[in-house]
Amino acid sequence: MKNKVFKNIFIAFVFLFLYLPIIILVLYSFNSSKMNIIFEHFTLDWYKNLFDNRELLMAFFNTMLIAITSTVISTVVGVIGAVGLKKYNFPFKNLINNLLYIPIVIPEIVLGISLLSIYTLMKLELGLFTIILSHIAFSIPFVVVSVRSTLNDRLKTYEEAAHDLGASNFKTFFKITLPQIKPGAVSGAILAFTLSLDDVVISYFTAGPGSNTLPLKIYSIIKTGITPDVNALTTLMLLVTIIVLTTTAFIQGRKIMEAAK
Amino acid sequence: MEPIVKLENVSKCFDEGKYVIKNLDLEIFEGEFLTILGSSGCGKTTILRIISGLEHVTEGKVYIGDEDVTEVSAEKREVNTIFQNFALFPHMTVFENVAFGLRMRKEKEEVIKKEVKKALDLVELDGFEERYPDQLSGGQQQRVAIARGIVMHPKVLLLDESLCSLDLKLKRMMQIELKKLQKKLGLTFIYVTHDQDEALTMSDRIVIIEKGKVQQDDTPQNIYQYPKTAFVADFIGESNLIKAEITGIKGNTIHVKTKNKITLIFDKDEKDKVGNKISIMIRPENIKISKSALQDGLKGEVKEVIYDGVITKLVVGVGNAFKLKVTAKGNVLFNVSDEVYLKIDKGSVIPIREK
Repeated sequence: MKNKVFKNIFIAFVFLFLYLPIIILVLYSFNSSKMNIIFEHFTLDWYKNLFDNRELLMAFFNTMLIAITSTVISTVVGVIGAVGLKKYNFPFKNLINNLLYIPIVIPEIVLGISLLSIYTLMKLELGLFTIILSHIAFSIPFVVVSVRSTLNDRLKTYEEAAHDLGASNFKTFFKITLPQIKPGAVSGAILAFTLSLDDVVISYFTAGPGSNTLPLKIYSIIKTGITPDVNALTTLMLLVTIIVLTTTAFIQGRKIMEAAK
Repeated sequence: MEPIVKLENVSKCFDEGKYVIKNLDLEIFEGEFLTILGSSGCGKTTILRIISGLEHVTEGKVYIGDEDVTEVSAEKREVNTIFQNFALFPHMTVFENVAFGLRMRKEKEEVIKKEVKKALDLVELDGFEERYPDQLSGGQQQRVAIARGIVMHPKVLLLDESLCSLDLKLKRMMQIELKKLQKKLGLTFIYVTHDQDEALTMSDRIVIIEKGKVQQDDTPQNIYQYPKTAFVADFIGESNLIKAEITGIKGNTIHVKTKNKITLIFDKDEKDKVGNKISIMIRPENIKISKSALQDGLKGEVKEVIYDGVITKLVVGVGNAFKLKVTAKGNVLFNVSDEVYLKIDKGSVIPIREK
């Protein structure tokens, strides 16, 4: 009994530690006081301000464009890469498999600097294009690793069964392989999307004039202290993330329910 | 009669110089239930994969009907495989699984509906169309796999250890059903297994493969009664193999002597020469065992007793020369170190000449 009480207190503390900052952030976004210290009364002014702020809206638009483009491209490349790395044997396959982990574990600052020096070397003008390119580069390994976890040895048998029943390589990929690795591809894509959405370091190095992203913008605003409109902005971002996650969870859940019928 | 599938001098190696199959010739005839039997790793599954086109030969030719399909890929061959673990597509319903091949063939929707229903009726799975494979039992999955194969009306249906994963009772039932289905459809089945009981129960003909080579190709009865090699005798059922030497040839008979100086007489084979080593095979069930003395009987001592319900399996030492496996029926109780008498049915003693 005593043990159980202790356990519950422990869990409560863990959750408090995790969610208290977020709750406070959301609360203060509705605070009429400019100071994040005392709660005066409820207001939506900061949200209104947000939509009047053209610079912020532009940054938001850039961020979404970068995130969506880099997610789509890195997911396609990552899926093809993962399937290819599983199915085919070629020289240096092991090396490539291991090299994939380097962008995942390498300090972002190193990746940022090296990307910047490549772009300078190639005389690429820094801007949205270079940010997208960079985001694709660091997202691909995450997609590959995520897809690879759903590739098992039975997949080969399924593909052989499809061939045996008269399916071409092309049809087999779309009818058999792709549906099987979909969970991995979806979680890889979500990972790539969120990584791109909140990336500061790499974007900082590869951004040019006029290609400000939301995280970079927020970073520059809070240099002069956290203002309530930043609270409002992050609350909105939180809302978007929650909506995306619950939708995917809902779709997946419904599929499982359907399968169980 | 023209064979429906023919392998001509087929060899296959995966690694340079390491042959899984070497110079194999095999003919399969229409309407036949052929079993390829061998221990694991003998190359039997590779033979099946060569016929289905999932594996290509290193040397030799493959014919289906009178067409040379050596270079034809799997999706274009008119044979279908039932895989060892069934390989039902987990993201498709039973209906879609069975319909898959027909869809790939671009059949019309109403033809697909009709054919799938017919196939599912045949395997007694009507009403299961909308289920997913993971909602089915092992036996039902097996039936879906069969339906998915037969719906294509293949020239030959290939079955790769398809009953192995089922439990014993279900396996026995499916053996009978599979055989019935094959007769009903008049389809040609090539069945690969390592289970000798299964091979004996279902097949019209058995090909025993060891190390990529055919050891014997015959009816189940002949394989059991007249094994051609010691490997076959040992692999199929229980057997006693006793080493012996040809000591004399008289007319159409040979005289054979075992280590403990028992002489036996057999019909002569053209290759027999004095001094050749041969083996003598006796099935345990052809040895009569008794506690009381038998006329012309061998005296022995019980070394091991394994009670198996209907029968009792015994190992009896005869002198110091050899031990014999014997099966005893009935309720006589034997104990280790009992003195017993054995009588071997002369007609069931088979000479085996090694190649």
